[in-house]
Amino acid sequence: MAVCQVTDQNFEQEVLKSELPVLVDFWAAWCGPCRAIAPVIEELAEEYQGKLKVCKLNVDENPVTPGRYGIRAIPTLIFFKNGQPVESITGAVAKSTIEAVISKVLAA
Amino acid sequence: MKRGLDLVIVGGGPAGLTAYIYAARARLRTLLVEKFSPGGQILNTDRVENYPGFPEGISGAELMERFLAQARNLGLEPLLDEATGLTQDGDLYLVHLGSGETLVSPTVIVATGAGPRRLGVPGERELTGKGVSYCATCDGPFFRDEVVAVVGGGNTAVQESVFLTRFARKVYLIHRRDQLRATRILQERAFANPKIEFVWNSVVTEILGEDRVQGVRIKNVKTDEERVLEVGGVFIFIGIQPHTEWLEGVLALDEGGFIITDAEMRTSLPGVFAAGDVRAKSCRQIVTAVGDGATAAYMAELYLLERKA
Repeated sequence: MAVCQVTDQNFEQEVLKSELPVLVDFWAAWCGPCRAIAPVIEELAEEYQGKLKVCKLNVDENPVTPGRYGIRAIPTLIFFKNGQPVESITGAVAKSTIEAVISKVLAA
Repeated sequence: MKRGLDLVIVGGGPAGLTAYIYAARARLRTLLVEKFSPGGQILNTDRVENYPGFPEGISGAELMERFLAQARNLGLEPLLDEATGLTQDGDLYLVHLGSGETLVSPTVIVATGAGPRRLGVPGERELTGKGVSYCATCDGPFFRDEVVAVVGGGNTAVQESVFLTRFARKVYLIHRRDQLRATRILQERAFANPKIEFVWNSVVTEILGEDRVQGVRIKNVKTDEERVLEVGGVFIFIGIQPHTEWLEGVLALDEGGFIITDAEMRTSLPGVFAAGDVRAKSCRQIVTAVGDGATAAYMAELYLLERKA
């Protein structure tokens, strides 16, 4: 499954009401580290297909949701489970670091 | 194990990509490993104004797109992985990767670059991403109409202070000395900007706030006087830390962890070269990284010729 694009409008439907746990990548076009981790996010979407839903939210076009979750830095990755944020990662980090958090989220 | 390589380049910033361009044109069988998407620290730079050939300046991201396009034209397919160790097997090197894969090659160019140096004060780690930032282009827009602090006095600190005035209503520039280290043209811009207030001879001793930054405690190093500045964000630009944890005890490093080389980019191990910001040197710029990358690739080529002879 490819990375899904979420917006302020469909965030509740796509993320909060999702059956699967969701990883949301808050990003913007002007953010270098966001570009840097983009291929990592795409690989994770492929590798965890069926176990984890992977979405991206453009903070420029969708200001409401980042405000709700107090985002002050990008890239920020937030993991949602049953509508609740359960883990987050700020800044560009190695794939192995993200995978460690994914394992934790999926195991919980 | 992946064999049959002439050269492994670790890192895909300006130095690594340039090394790739030179190595590919020399027809070396070259693999470039990069932890993220290629580009390096330059991706964080809003405007590059000192790289020759771009009289109007160019965004860091666009400059890297151009480097990358040139490397791709020469067959670049970067391997998305992280180098975790370097060992020797006879006259071959083994580059160990985070995925568990191992690359075998007679030559290696280390171009892993560097990342921002931390202040190491209470509150910094806890509030990273909650007002503490090391990237103004990433996080500046979240501080519209707020008051923020910048820590540092070098080129990046001064350039990013000016950049942040596009969003913030006021920027404190906190520097431990009584004059800036930044290049003159940047200083002139900062001094001319009415939104920037300079806080001289001062160091940050603590970053304050519960779940978001609310202020910084600063100390005047001349008078020992302490006070608190109320700010919503702290941007830290106090230099860089090389990505060499994986090479400790393997290559000769200086006290800051930077790789010691000679003028031909040779490290303490024959066949291993270093290029760019990761190298111990005084001028860390895109233009010097590019020069390092070309030299390292050329020296790797010569090393391979001598090895065959």
